[in-house]
Amino acid sequence: MGAELHMMQDAKDNQMEDSQTEDSQTGPVLNNGTRALRYEEQLLWEREFHDTPGVDLPEPQGMPLRTGDALREDVGLPQVSEPEVLRHFVRLSTLNYSIDHGFFPLGSCTMKHNPRVNEKLARLPGFAHIHPMQEESTVQGALELMYRLQHYLAELTALPGVCLTPAAGAHGELAGMMTIRRAHEAAGENETRKIVLIPDSAHGTNPATAVICGYKVRTIPTKETGRLTQAAFEEALYKTDPDGKDVAGMMVTNPNTCGLFESDIVGIADALHAAGGYFYCDGANFNALVGKVRPGDFGVDVMHINLHKTFSTPHGGGGPGSGPICVTEALEPYLPIPVVEQDINGAYFLAREKSRPETLGKLRGFVGQFGMHVRALAYMLSHGADGLKEVSENAVLNANYILSQLKDDYHVPYDGPCMHECMVTDKLQKGETKDDDVTTLDIAKALVEYGYHPMTTYFPLVLPGTMLIEPTETETKGTLDKFITVMMHIASEVRAGNRDQFHHYPQSAPRRRLDEVKAARHPVLRWSSDQA
Amino acid sequence: MRYLSRSKTDRQAMLDAIGCGSVDDLFADVPKQAFVDGKVDLPDHAGELEVERDLTALAGQNMSAADAPFFLGAGCYHHHIPSTVDYIIQRSEYLTAYTPYQPEIAQGTLTAIFEFQTYIALLTGQDIANASLYDGATAMTEAALMAQRVTKRRNVLLANDIHPEYVDVLTSYMKNYDDVTVRGQDDALDETVACVIVQSPDFFGCPAKHDAWRKKCDEVGALLVVVVTEILSLGLLSAPVQADIVCGEAQSIGLPMSFGGPHLGFFATSQKYLRQIPGRLCGETVDQDGKRSFVLTLNTREQHIRREKATSNICTNQGLCALAFTVHMSLLGEDGFKQLARLNHEAACRFVDAVAAIDGVEVLNEHFFNEVTLQLPVPSKDIVKEMAAQGVIAGLAADGNKLVCAVTEMVTDRDIEVFCNTLQSLIKG
Repeated sequence: MGAELHMMQDAKDNQMEDSQTEDSQTGPVLNNGTRALRYEEQLLWEREFHDTPGVDLPEPQGMPLRTGDALREDVGLPQVSEPEVLRHFVRLSTLNYSIDHGFFPLGSCTMKHNPRVNEKLARLPGFAHIHPMQEESTVQGALELMYRLQHYLAELTALPGVCLTPAAGAHGELAGMMTIRRAHEAAGENETRKIVLIPDSAHGTNPATAVICGYKVRTIPTKETGRLTQAAFEEALYKTDPDGKDVAGMMVTNPNTCGLFESDIVGIADALHAAGGYFYCDGANFNALVGKVRPGDFGVDVMHINLHKTFSTPHGGGGPGSGPICVTEALEPYLPIPVVEQDINGAYFLAREKSRPETLGKLRGFVGQFGMHVRALAYMLSHGADGLKEVSENAVLNANYILSQLKDDYHVPYDGPCMHECMVTDKLQKGETKDDDVTTLDIAKALVEYGYHPMTTYFPLVLPGTMLIEPTETETKGTLDKFITVMMHIASEVRAGNRDQFHHYPQSAPRRRLDEVKAARHPVLRWSSDQA
Repeated sequence: MRYLSRSKTDRQAMLDAIGCGSVDDLFADVPKQAFVDGKVDLPDHAGELEVERDLTALAGQNMSAADAPFFLGAGCYHHHIPSTVDYIIQRSEYLTAYTPYQPEIAQGTLTAIFEFQTYIALLTGQDIANASLYDGATAMTEAALMAQRVTKRRNVLLANDIHPEYVDVLTSYMKNYDDVTVRGQDDALDETVACVIVQSPDFFGCPAKHDAWRKKCDEVGALLVVVVTEILSLGLLSAPVQADIVCGEAQSIGLPMSFGGPHLGFFATSQKYLRQIPGRLCGETVDQDGKRSFVLTLNTREQHIRREKATSNICTNQGLCALAFTVHMSLLGEDGFKQLARLNHEAACRFVDAVAAIDGVEVLNEHFFNEVTLQLPVPSKDIVKEMAAQGVIAGLAADGNKLVCAVTEMVTDRDIEVFCNTLQSLIKG
């Protein structure tokens, strides 16, 4: 059958299938509702089962099984040809927004340009096709790469002990807090130090991590000024013990999640250290500081670094990330293993329990997200010491520029300057009645309509309706100006009373607003034949 | 600095608009002592060619599986990856997207996650699966934590030979709690045990039987967790339907070994534990026009809402790795997946027959999938070292002169011949 005939046959089949449903506005639903480049894609299970798969494997010889088990029964997998697979995932891809589409000012997530050379390098056979349990003599290049990355992270943070194994930011948090716990244990203070201090503006992972480590969380209020104050901190520190001896440490993001640098941080760290606690810094916002300011020099004892934020390894639609931790010399013995070290002959090796008897142990299989280590090192080398300083400066400049242009149209709760992201709220867009309100959600969905990915919404939780805007350093002034114009347009429409439109956006996206309540009340988490 | 998009003119215009004299004024809240004094100890920036030269030289110092007869597995496997997989995952729309928090413009990622969850549920014979976890070792630990939440019990029992790295990770996590004991296979299974963990095939390559453990778990009310480090084995072995949780490592499908990561932890369980499952979940719903849509759901289990009451501190999945898996599974289909499993098993059978003919070498497995354990007459650590020196990655040396060898579809008959000849000459030594 010629290709053309085949297509006609397909069209006929689809028509027969689809003609049972009709859309009142557009007539019969043809081709599942696909229009031009807007695809409505069926799941793989909803297609015809091809008699040959999308791979061409040699025929097995039919040797008798030595599994001690019967041959597996049908799994229930769909089967389509290679071109069908390619089309399926290409069509689906067109429904996604990405950094390569445009501006992505998602606060706290650092959506910056992802250089493609990093992808190329991570795929070199000498990196992609090596096994983590190979003889160390056969992987010296990989170990040297990790060693250099450890050294550069130590330099950039002024925290000399580095472990690359944590798999993501939250995993780095866990590694960091377990390092602290292990240090208290070694000092015989684990039984008495049970409290971790966390400001109310913190990422939700911070309290979740503290609890997984067996700690109790004490929240420090920051709502008044958007910052930690010495007074509020000390009140929390000495609340149940006059010397703060029941406090294991604090978890603080700096710059904080309101985009502000904690200006009292040195005094706060001093008070904490005097009480015997450790300062864990959430490194989510390191892009504001990299190459210019070193956290170890403002009192930090432990910090995780999101390689997928500051060092530009791609976010991949939600992972893989990588969350190395950096610690002071005093905490280094307690770090998770393995850590790369160099022996007296210059050979690199993975240091484990034998050479690090005080370690808290392993937190992930093997050595970590090595492919991300390659990308992060390539990014560091591309920028160098000179370029990384410009990264943080431009990131901060861009955020302050946006803040300066939006401050008359949107409520700015805390005085700046901000760091690499700025926070505003929807307070000025409130209507006379609740139905009239144009909320942060509405503004986010309007941005979707106008071709942007929205900023982070309703986070931090310190105030209602927060919007956290992080432009990153890789955007031009022209891009920022266009975004600012759209944000101003939204504000001016709201002021003019043209509010209702904002309750119905997006209209032009592949989907309109979703029924999230239905998804949660009647969870359907997989395709199954009885729902088809 | 080719990634920075700021011209000097723009910089000045922006400073003027902000109303400040210099960028340093914007860092006014930062204490003086924290500024870099001079420059950090990194080289200055390098062009693309120089960076490529630098890292290519490092890659060149490693012995890659592409260049050597390769028999190392132990939870990380060298399999073929069809070109389509890497092409798809390098598309900008997937590679440079964020977590799909704005579902109206993220249906591509979300639909793929929904398909991923379906694949994992079908392969494991469970009702539901999550959107993936960091890796197999952390997935097993999350299974134990979930069993503790479900049963309100604390102890964990390891029932057979489980990957030592998985055991190490579990042990480190459990050290956070004063009231948890990790028991071994000879310890008591009683009513303090939250779950029994069985690896299949076990660390030495032997497929496990689940019926007996199911019965023992039922007697004391513990959950049965089955860990699978080679997910391709599920194309040949029966689905572990007896388990309450099936978790492990799915790197074998679609992902290179990459020196241990990024890999792909998976987690599947029964519908009744829906609200206890760790990690992200994608569910089906409709949009305002009634069109089928997918969205991250049941977020009330997660830390950004639950904070200290969350089921886990994990707030990510291995997004792009799960996509690679999903694309590869789609290419394999029902027949291809089973056929690939069969080819692995047959390669291992040929390997077993060949090594069994070597004097002094004994194959310890009666049963296996694609990994077997050899008993050598000489220290296996030395053999691994010496074979590496001769360009063969022989496997993993285990205690008692054992050598654990994986044989995937990448291993040719010629590779087996080289392995046997090299081993034989070293044993004769």
